[in-house]
Amino acid sequence: MAVADISAVRRTKAAQDRAENRALTKLTIGPSPWARAGALAALVVLAGIWLVPLFWGAVTSFKHEAEAALPASLWPTMGWTLDAYQKVLSNSELPLWMWNSLVVAVLVTALTVLISAMAAFAFSQTLFKGRALMQWLTIASIMMPGQILIVPLFREMQVLGLVDTFAGIVLPQVVAPVMVFILKRFFDAIPQELLDAARIDGASSWRLFWTIVLPLSRSILVAVAIFVFIGAWNNFLWPFIITTDPQFMTLPVGLSTVKDAYGVQYAQNMASAMIAALPLLVVFMLFQRRIVQGVATTGMGGQ
Amino acid sequence: MTASNASVTAPLGRALPGRRASASRPGTHAETARKSMRERDRSGYLFVAPFALATGLFLVLPTLYGLWMSFTNQSLTGTGSEFIGFANYAEAFSDPQVWQTLWHTVWFTILSTVPLVVVALVMALLVHTGLPGQWVWRMSFFAPYLLTSAVVWHLSNWMFQPDIGLLDTWMTGLGLQPLGWLTDENVAMFSIAGVTVWWTVGFNFLLYLAALQGIPAQQYEAATIDGAGGWQRLFSITLPQLRTITGVIVVLQLLASLKVFDQIYLLTKGGPNGSTRPILEYIYDMGFTNYRLGYASAISYVFFALILVFTLVRLMPARKEA
Repeated sequence: MAVADISAVRRTKAAQDRAENRALTKLTIGPSPWARAGALAALVVLAGIWLVPLFWGAVTSFKHEAEAALPASLWPTMGWTLDAYQKVLSNSELPLWMWNSLVVAVLVTALTVLISAMAAFAFSQTLFKGRALMQWLTIASIMMPGQILIVPLFREMQVLGLVDTFAGIVLPQVVAPVMVFILKRFFDAIPQELLDAARIDGASSWRLFWTIVLPLSRSILVAVAIFVFIGAWNNFLWPFIITTDPQFMTLPVGLSTVKDAYGVQYAQNMASAMIAALPLLVVFMLFQRRIVQGVATTGMGGQ
Repeated sequence: MTASNASVTAPLGRALPGRRASASRPGTHAETARKSMRERDRSGYLFVAPFALATGLFLVLPTLYGLWMSFTNQSLTGTGSEFIGFANYAEAFSDPQVWQTLWHTVWFTILSTVPLVVVALVMALLVHTGLPGQWVWRMSFFAPYLLTSAVVWHLSNWMFQPDIGLLDTWMTGLGLQPLGWLTDENVAMFSIAGVTVWWTVGFNFLLYLAALQGIPAQQYEAATIDGAGGWQRLFSITLPQLRTITGVIVVLQLLASLKVFDQIYLLTKGGPNGSTRPILEYIYDMGFTNYRLGYASAISYVFFALILVFTLVRLMPARKEA
């Protein structure tokens, strides 16, 4: 019964969406069928251009290596094969890199969200000496582009013995002052009566944080987490600098060393690229609405 | 916080029960009540400690350490850390490579920012018409943004492949000469900018889309009653409403483009003949290939100073608006 309910809700929701979209079309381009056809054609052309590289890469990954080295065609003539995938998955360290990336991205996301939320709570709901100064420093550090710190940061990691370790890859990525401010703005808007009531009842700040503030902020926390996860999963520069041992390489870094290993084996190159691209693309297809919203909300950063 | 920003966060804000914009405004009743309760709360230190520690260790410390390094002749092997004053900075300002790579960075920024804003706007306007296929359009435009730079490199390197790549195949199919997409000094930067637009335009597209969804429908309805046509509505309602967000997107894009490294390093290694090398790659080369940490730090700080000036200049009008 529950399943039937859910699908009924979904159908109503879809119908609602369709109605809203139709109304939007009327508002933006009006009733002219020609204008609609024109806009639709433009969309098809743009989407086509944007999909060609991915489509072509996918097709190439299913080609025989011999055909992949021939002038490009958007459709294989010698038949489809999984050879490239088989070779890549058995002969390369791709699965290991993928695992590393997952570990790194999950750790970065969890740590960033936790310490940013805690700091945001401190700025939003508590008073302590030096709070203004700390807040000012946090704002100032938003302006600091991490890229220019690669040289001293690498040296520091050398001294700390964190080169070629997960800690070395993860820790510098958890500093996200922008996220602190996004969260603080959200925490500021939590109804104060709620917090005051809990305080009067003797709840500690720690309890307040976990049982009131975090549950109420689920939507923004998810948004921040999505944004941080995409960034960490795809980050190239820092993991590239801090790892030399293939054992610790993340997917982007490992993948960047792949070309020389395979020579001109395009089908295999494309298969690796597809395998690397797949996880986030699948996640996006499943949770498009959430991700679109999350990126749009956090993407503005401290603006 | 500017008006456009409020509209961007609106969809999410609505979803949260009890989110009130007024609660954060100082001087209101809620703010006074909160202060009295907060005053007793001294646990802030503990909450801010982990973030402060991480920031101190991985942001403040390297910033200061890098500054100190820029006044020494330190190398990656750890040898030679004598204080040499402004020698590194003097060298940086007279190093033609610094100016050249800085120019490449600026040139890339110009080449990429314009289409990254314009194409994103066109995409968002088209999708915001509500035409069927919403899911497909969003997917197509945003999907490349989810790819890591190494995947983008594999795909585009394959597209740009001489003779057998897709682009050259199409060029010869059209009876044109194949282009040295990544090997011709006059073409390479355009190719890289093109790849970048394909890769990252989806992000700006989403920001525009969110802003468009924040425009109240009544405005369109009123205009329709007044007899305004589709184009008229676009130019008199939609585009003026997007002015603030466009400013924000342009600035965010400029800052992002100035920090270009991944796609250039992977696609051309700065070539052909150093013609695409951005300043971040020069810093990387100096530090990690030539082992001159002191000099690399000095160039980093010159670059940082430029970004900082840029950031501060743009902060000023924003403050006026607020």
